[in-house]
Amino acid sequence: MASSFLEIGLEAGNRWQKLTAGEKPWIRIGTALCGEAAGAFEVADALESELSSQSVSAQVSRVGCLGLCFAEPLVDVQLPGGHRVFYGNVSTDDVAEIVSAHVSGGAPIISKALGYVAEEENDTPVPDGIPDLNQHPMKIWENRIVLRNAGNIDPFDIYQYIANGGYQALHKALTNLDREQTLDEVKASGLRGRGGAAFPTATKWSFLAGNPAPEKYVLCNCEEGDPGAFNDKNILESDPNTLVEGVIIAGYATGASKGYIFIRHGHDGPIDRCRAAVEQARELGFLGENIMGSDFSYDIEVALTGDSYVAGEESALMEAIEGKRAMPRFRPPFPAQFGLFGKPTNINNVKTLSYVPEIVSKGGEWFAGIGHDTSTGTVILCLSGNLKYTGMVEVPLGINLKDVIFEAAGGMREGKTLKFLQTGGPLGGVLGADSVDVLLDFEVLRAAGAIVGSGGLIAADDSACIVDMTRSLIAFCQYESCGKCFPCRMGMSHLLEVLERICRLEGTTEDLALMRNIGENMQAGSLCGHGQLGFNPVSSALRYFGPEFDTHIIEHKCDTGTCSMPRYSPALARR
Amino acid sequence: MSGLDKRIHDAVHGQTQPTVTVLSSLLAVEDELGYIPKEALEFVAGFTNCTVNDVWAVASFYPNFRFEPPAEHKVEVCWGASCHLVGAMGIFKSVLEASGMEDEGDTPDGRLTIKLNTCLGACAQAPVMAMDHHLAGRINPEIAAKNVANLLEQEGHGK
Repeated sequence: MASSFLEIGLEAGNRWQKLTAGEKPWIRIGTALCGEAAGAFEVADALESELSSQSVSAQVSRVGCLGLCFAEPLVDVQLPGGHRVFYGNVSTDDVAEIVSAHVSGGAPIISKALGYVAEEENDTPVPDGIPDLNQHPMKIWENRIVLRNAGNIDPFDIYQYIANGGYQALHKALTNLDREQTLDEVKASGLRGRGGAAFPTATKWSFLAGNPAPEKYVLCNCEEGDPGAFNDKNILESDPNTLVEGVIIAGYATGASKGYIFIRHGHDGPIDRCRAAVEQARELGFLGENIMGSDFSYDIEVALTGDSYVAGEESALMEAIEGKRAMPRFRPPFPAQFGLFGKPTNINNVKTLSYVPEIVSKGGEWFAGIGHDTSTGTVILCLSGNLKYTGMVEVPLGINLKDVIFEAAGGMREGKTLKFLQTGGPLGGVLGADSVDVLLDFEVLRAAGAIVGSGGLIAADDSACIVDMTRSLIAFCQYESCGKCFPCRMGMSHLLEVLERICRLEGTTEDLALMRNIGENMQAGSLCGHGQLGFNPVSSALRYFGPEFDTHIIEHKCDTGTCSMPRYSPALARR
Repeated sequence: MSGLDKRIHDAVHGQTQPTVTVLSSLLAVEDELGYIPKEALEFVAGFTNCTVNDVWAVASFYPNFRFEPPAEHKVEVCWGASCHLVGAMGIFKSVLEASGMEDEGDTPDGRLTIKLNTCLGACAQAPVMAMDHHLAGRINPEIAAKNVANLLEQEGHGK
């Protein structure tokens, strides 16, 4: 018999108290993919062996990502009852000093600290001579909703999530709200899908809620294949419980019988943490029969797919869960009528569902008050490329894109200038440097030829060649075309052929018109967004950088010299 | 039952998730063996009550499946847009030189598989490569070559 939610909450609070204000220091190390790539596992191992060789007792947790990926590996030391002090770009050589001086000696290493984060309701003085990490350019623009726990809690420990307000939304929905009222909160929030299409979430849910079938499914799409976007994986690595709670609430609001979380095989970090979150939720009675004593019964399965970008398209995703080739279906019938295994189905992105717990906790009105116009709430942006500060920020919609690039991300590295921004994944578009003075709003960005999309922002400085970048994006799209619709399958191959030619400086004056012709056919003749939007990288590049294409084609030269570099594409393309 | 057949049988029957499909069975075999032998196509067809042709349709669609035993080690170089921008092609060239290869594939001695990956998911640390699934970010061609050399000094995982 599971304990009551109140008892679980008390237990979680006690455990949290022990971690933050107990007898032992608490050391947290960021070990999401960004941390791993920076050597965080080696640092964590070195830290643990250093603690034991110096006979220092401390709790070590491998947490997710704080967003400051450029500073990984990040080591966060909190002495009992004290504030958190962060060390950035820690190498295994730094570990001994951190342990002897700070963890054991109690004195933060001022010269090496990146910043401190003050604990709320803690009156002890903050460390002298160390900057406030929340005043870091990357932090001041943020309003963390989905990422509220990222980097703060151990993703493998559901009690840490509960201690920070987790599962109160589900408890509120099941005890105080009926299904319609839960859906109404999401409606009032104005939440729109964060997977790319920005469709109103409550409207989508109402299609499924209105279907009286006894077996209905909620699918969460974590097939995040976009180069330049890593926020879905990062949510699962940093705070999988918020997603799991969102998937449960979505099931309640729509009257679904089962949820699926769909992840690409081989992404072990996100998969393991997500599976642990589901199992722990089941152990505590948040999944299964009669959840929290209500009449709502529901379970979640983590399903895996093979490598396929198109599997992120909602109907292809259902095919993949059914074990087939990930190819899109004809619609109608739409998923809410005939979805997974023929049952009514609702599909949402990881980010979309991860907003739901906070919306239900704090109310739809609260969420609608953040953002701009009909683009409510926040957006999670993945900053990469030639930026000074790369990583992940969650900022309110409606702020200016140039503030994100030049303030939050600190502008370009080495004093170079911005040339273009690639937004919203490979099917998004590029923006020229003159066009980044634009509001982050679904409609405004679309009008500018770019999309918020998956939240990827790749910034290129003036050493990059737009033709080479476009070729790289189309090479990806060609590789990932599932092959079902020939305008996409052949169109991508032909676009790549033409772009290769232009890159070799052998392009002809007919090539631009030829590409436009191919692009129009792809848009008109493809079943899913991959083909329909697949010309975007080319059309947006031509919109802002037509003259640079002309230089390649007419003058046979590439001003950046990039086009003389060797180029490779995967040998195995789908046929 | 041969050793290979038993491993295939156990991998396919060892699936614990409720939804068992052609794809999930193939993924289970790949996890166990590191590749999909012909015997597995036949076994999965029988297990899921469909034809070998149906199974091959799925197996040949997803590029993560390979059909020959894997090399001892796997080196992946990310060629996503973020990595491309900061020098992925130079990294790949260096990896090819360090392994004596001209393009993707297995070295003739079966010690290394060289592969491009569409996105390894650590774009903020670009350029990124992975040695046996362990990521390394902010690399340059020299580090990439050294990583390959270090990998070749290690014993293989034996799959």
